[in-house]
Amino acid sequence: MENLMTVSSSPHIRTNETTGSIMRDVLIALVPALFCSIVFFGLRSLYIVAITVGACVGFEYLWQKITKKPVTISDGTAAVTGVLLAMNVPVTAPWWMMVIGSFVAIIIAKQLYGGVGHNFVNPALAGRAFLLASWPVLMTRWGMPFSTGFSISTDLVSSATPLAILKGTQEGQLPSFIDMFIGNMGGCLGETSASALILGGAYLVIRKVISPRIPLCFIGTVAALSFIFSNGDLSAAQSVLYNILSGGLMLGAIFMATDYVTSPITAKGQVIMGIGCGVITFVIRKFGGYPEGVSYAILIMNIATPLIDKYCRPKKFGAVKKEAV
Amino acid sequence: MRKLTFKGGIHPDDSKSATNRVPIKTVIPPELMYYPMQQHIGAPLNILVSVGDAVKMGQKIADSDAYVCAPLHSAVSGTVKKIEPCLTPSGIKAMTIVIENDGLDTKEEPINTKSLSELSPEEIVKLVREAGIVGMGGAGFPTHVKLSPPPDKKITHVIVNGAECEPYLTSDHRVMLENPDEVISGLLAIMKIFSLDEAYIGIEENKPDAIEMITKIASGYKGIHVLTLKKKYPQGAEKQLIYAVTGKEVPSGGLPMDVGCLVTNVDTVTEISRVVNKGIPLMSRVVTVSGGAVAKPANFRVRIGTPFSYVIEQAGGFVCEPKKIIMGGPMMGIAGISLDVPVLKGTSGILAFDEKQATVRAESNCLRCGKCVSVCPMNLVPSQLGIYANKMDIEKCEEYNLMDCIECGSCSYICPAQRHLVQAIRWGKTQILAKRTKEKAKKEDKK
Repeated sequence: MENLMTVSSSPHIRTNETTGSIMRDVLIALVPALFCSIVFFGLRSLYIVAITVGACVGFEYLWQKITKKPVTISDGTAAVTGVLLAMNVPVTAPWWMMVIGSFVAIIIAKQLYGGVGHNFVNPALAGRAFLLASWPVLMTRWGMPFSTGFSISTDLVSSATPLAILKGTQEGQLPSFIDMFIGNMGGCLGETSASALILGGAYLVIRKVISPRIPLCFIGTVAALSFIFSNGDLSAAQSVLYNILSGGLMLGAIFMATDYVTSPITAKGQVIMGIGCGVITFVIRKFGGYPEGVSYAILIMNIATPLIDKYCRPKKFGAVKKEAV
Repeated sequence: MRKLTFKGGIHPDDSKSATNRVPIKTVIPPELMYYPMQQHIGAPLNILVSVGDAVKMGQKIADSDAYVCAPLHSAVSGTVKKIEPCLTPSGIKAMTIVIENDGLDTKEEPINTKSLSELSPEEIVKLVREAGIVGMGGAGFPTHVKLSPPPDKKITHVIVNGAECEPYLTSDHRVMLENPDEVISGLLAIMKIFSLDEAYIGIEENKPDAIEMITKIASGYKGIHVLTLKKKYPQGAEKQLIYAVTGKEVPSGGLPMDVGCLVTNVDTVTEISRVVNKGIPLMSRVVTVSGGAVAKPANFRVRIGTPFSYVIEQAGGFVCEPKKIIMGGPMMGIAGISLDVPVLKGTSGILAFDEKQATVRAESNCLRCGKCVSVCPMNLVPSQLGIYANKMDIEKCEEYNLMDCIECGSCSYICPAQRHLVQAIRWGKTQILAKRTKEKAKKEDKK
């Protein structure tokens, strides 16, 4: 036979979408938040992102080379993990900490479990949780907007985050809601600008990369709970706004809790994921030892995901009793 | 008006513009015609002729006593040249009658001379069987079986499937435009069988000219409703079409008749019209020839038994080397290994893909994005089914309702990791069926 035909099982046409194109969309969606962090925290933001992306992609490449597996860095998942990890640390974080965080994210949370699609917790969050537990002081040394130079002086005065002020663990002046909405306040690199994160989230929803279920349920639950249990000297409306605009809620709800691999695949499951994240976040913020609970809430719900998927299977078409016609 | 549809589904590029304005051209049959004894699902046929016999156009050349079976007729007049195993479009070899065409088209006597009003329902069903009519949308289930439900199943809804949701294919579209009278008169025959006053024709919204044409003709008859369906794949899948039209779900493991429905393809009803009104059996069908490797994509009326290679020649041959040959549509059609196979009763299309179209991308890891779950028209979890089927975890496959899969291909289409989900599920089905057969045999042994 001079001309061999390709024989394969149907369907014979496929969508143009690939893992790589989805990850490209996620990276595009993160650009506004990255831009804001450069504006507020200076060029050092870019330096942090470069380190984490370089380290994450590098570790993935090395691991796959060493274990003689196909190298998949071009699918963009490691790069996304890198950017998300950077978004979750303060701009003052030292470079070595970023490398360690990347190692935990890529090697321990992702590759040891079988690589992309097999990790059971969000790699970037695992990296962040590890860093927060190991170097709590360095991880909460927030940069003050417009005050952080490229090099970090050791006597840098860390600014308090609104959540810490609300909790009473730190003294300070609560920022205005406008500042909180545009991101002009202390916090992790990518978490402060609600507007930029919402813009990125809208892009992902429009591009059908994510469904709005998890973000809406997550943020909605936090809003509802903070309305019911408002802080003593704040009005209910103020309490809602401070709670949804501060901390890592927007970043977590839009970019971390929606991670495909570690969130439920069914619609019902995604609603449970969002509500669960919201409840745990609020409980930690209100009653826990930490001022912020978004990361741990998502990590806990990540672990619950297989269970949620098991009990939230859609009802199959035709699952009706055979009726006598 | 709300457009009728179902839950889930995908929106692939329909690629119909190459042929949807090309009128059906009748292909003059070639010198040699091939008739495999396995035309469709059902028992293989018994050969009724011997080498050297003279046959007429429309003469029955094979039949069987099996119930789920339809006879086969020669579409040309000539001589039986050979009877030998030949390749079929599905890639298997089947015993095949090769007829040398004398080009005279000497016709066999018509198998019906009565008019519809003179025929009893039983006679119509019998005619449909004698004419060898099968579901021409692809599956090829013998139509007379569908038309004879057991007495406890009353048919209340007859639906003509004009959705033609498969990309590329335009044969049903052209039939509805060019032979609307046959569509309606075939439908009237089916309505007579079940003494129904009402019936439905469902057409996807991307065929406004066909909707207009059929509506115009149908308006002359009481009770024939033309419904506009949303353009979405698999809108023409039997269960999804029934849901769109009636709002009823065919129960899992059940048949359309369990909800009082009967769905039939456009080409099938026109064949019913032909046997009822003209007495001629199923001898030809409309085939869309398309794909990137075809010079002049077109719709042809092709006699059953014509080799693919000859049909392709009528479409101007190839512009480049074809890398994939598909019988049927790109979503559910079968990829073949050769062009030296004949058009069967179920061949709705012949697609020849160029190298780019034929490229199968490598699978990567499942991201658990859930897109397959949201598009599955049967509400299954294809990603999990794929994993369980590949692991050969038969119990989990059954627990996750693998047997309910209609193999529409939506999940594989949408998968950003290019997982071959339907392929895995098909493999799972064979495993489950093998297990069930084994258990059944064991039970019988004990008895």
